[in-house]
Amino acid sequence: MEMKEIIRGNMATALAAKMARVDVVPAFPITPSTLFPEKISEYIANGELDAEMILVESEHSAISAAIGASAAGARVATATASQGLALMHEVLFIASAMRLPIVMAIGNRALSGPINIWADHSDTMAERDTGWMQFYAENNQEAFDLMLMAFRIAEDRRVLLPAMVGLDAFTLTHTMEPVDYPSQEEVDDFLPPYQPPYTLDVNRPMTFGSFATPESYMEFKWSHTRALEESPPVIDEIFEEYKKRFGREYKRVTGYMTEDADVIIVAMGSVSGTLREAVRQMRKDGIRVGAVKITTFRPFPFKEIVELCGGAKIVAIAERAISPGFAGPLFGEIAGAFINQPSRPLISDFIIGLGGRDVTLKDFREIASTALKEAEEGRVEPLVKWININPEEAPPGGE
Amino acid sequence: MVKIYLGAVNPHPGSALRYKTGTWRTMKPVVDEQKCIGCWFCYMYCPDSAIQMVKRTIKKEIGGQVKEIERDLAVINYDYCKGCGICAAECPVKAIEMVYEEK
Repeated sequence: MEMKEIIRGNMATALAAKMARVDVVPAFPITPSTLFPEKISEYIANGELDAEMILVESEHSAISAAIGASAAGARVATATASQGLALMHEVLFIASAMRLPIVMAIGNRALSGPINIWADHSDTMAERDTGWMQFYAENNQEAFDLMLMAFRIAEDRRVLLPAMVGLDAFTLTHTMEPVDYPSQEEVDDFLPPYQPPYTLDVNRPMTFGSFATPESYMEFKWSHTRALEESPPVIDEIFEEYKKRFGREYKRVTGYMTEDADVIIVAMGSVSGTLREAVRQMRKDGIRVGAVKITTFRPFPFKEIVELCGGAKIVAIAERAISPGFAGPLFGEIAGAFINQPSRPLISDFIIGLGGRDVTLKDFREIASTALKEAEEGRVEPLVKWININPEEAPPGGE
Repeated sequence: MVKIYLGAVNPHPGSALRYKTGTWRTMKPVVDEQKCIGCWFCYMYCPDSAIQMVKRTIKKEIGGQVKEIERDLAVINYDYCKGCGICAAECPVKAIEMVYEEK
């Protein structure tokens, strides 16, 4: 039985956590994710959710408490963003190395400074190497579905890894959209209670997160990495089951009009819808352009990207993050995906919408025409182009 | 190599007993039984609880008479002593000497 509500992105992730019957939610509020713990506390107060909410003094403590609760066998969810996620940084490695399936909603927001609370992927990109899975939602429906599926994927015995579900600040976290959701009975059927392989138990003492000498550290890292590398078939299987049960299809990476495209624009998160509309309009003008949306950034869909984009003349990456001194982080991943291919398209990088700057249909037109010109010239120079930037209004550089 | 478990869990309580940290040592404390007065200082200062106090009987001249008296003796457990030297530094009668362990 499908139900529909018009809700904000944060309410969608909180609703998914409630329907997943989370046991523990340790949380510290931060814009734009604050509504998540607010909704959870409301659910508990209303008697709709039987869970323990731990009000901690910082995000560092929130994720630490999440580790303890998850090790005790609880289903755990939390939410954070930007500086809060950055404060969790060192603990994120521990959560994933301990193989604890914590699910965390991230209101993707720019990092200070200057302080800014709007949409940007720099926060989760900076946590790329923490060994967590990373999913990015395009809209509130995806935020709900991915959050719910994240528990199932994370808790699968073949995976056992924590997961972040990214939803763009304000564009999704605060925007009301219709969201379909299944009945509690259907969710219970899809997501049985978490069965941890080991639990903290006073009657059966064990050491959790123990010390590893050089003799065993690499084996832990290796098996953790293997778990991420081997997760794609499990993710696909659960996406497929979700589609069968609830009718909504998910892919780790989704192509749109890519087959005969000369230029393919790759994006993540809420701009993906704008991108598809831009592609549709450009196609009307006879421009052979396609779009690719990445839903699963970790594990990274190397093979699928090559399959979808391999036939294009140029791949234009439109990303909401920058690695200063290099390019956007997604550029490195996609260039890496193609490096050993016998033939490959040119790969061009575009920085868009940092700190919540609007990304418009016009911006994608500019990206497509710039990339097509680069393809014609056979070279990508400069490698990184900033879209919608006003250099004359920028503060002085390094002179 | 030790057996390792998912997520660095160690499901065997008390297994640290099997891990002989004494191999970390470069210098070892040697107790001079003649000098040791059994004061328990080293026992209390040892950060690894690697010193045991054992009962012994010694002969001591008291008021011109040789008497047998009870006195404790510090005994180092070399399986767990990491050779930090705190016992030697704290011993009030300098009964513990740190010597290089050469094999």
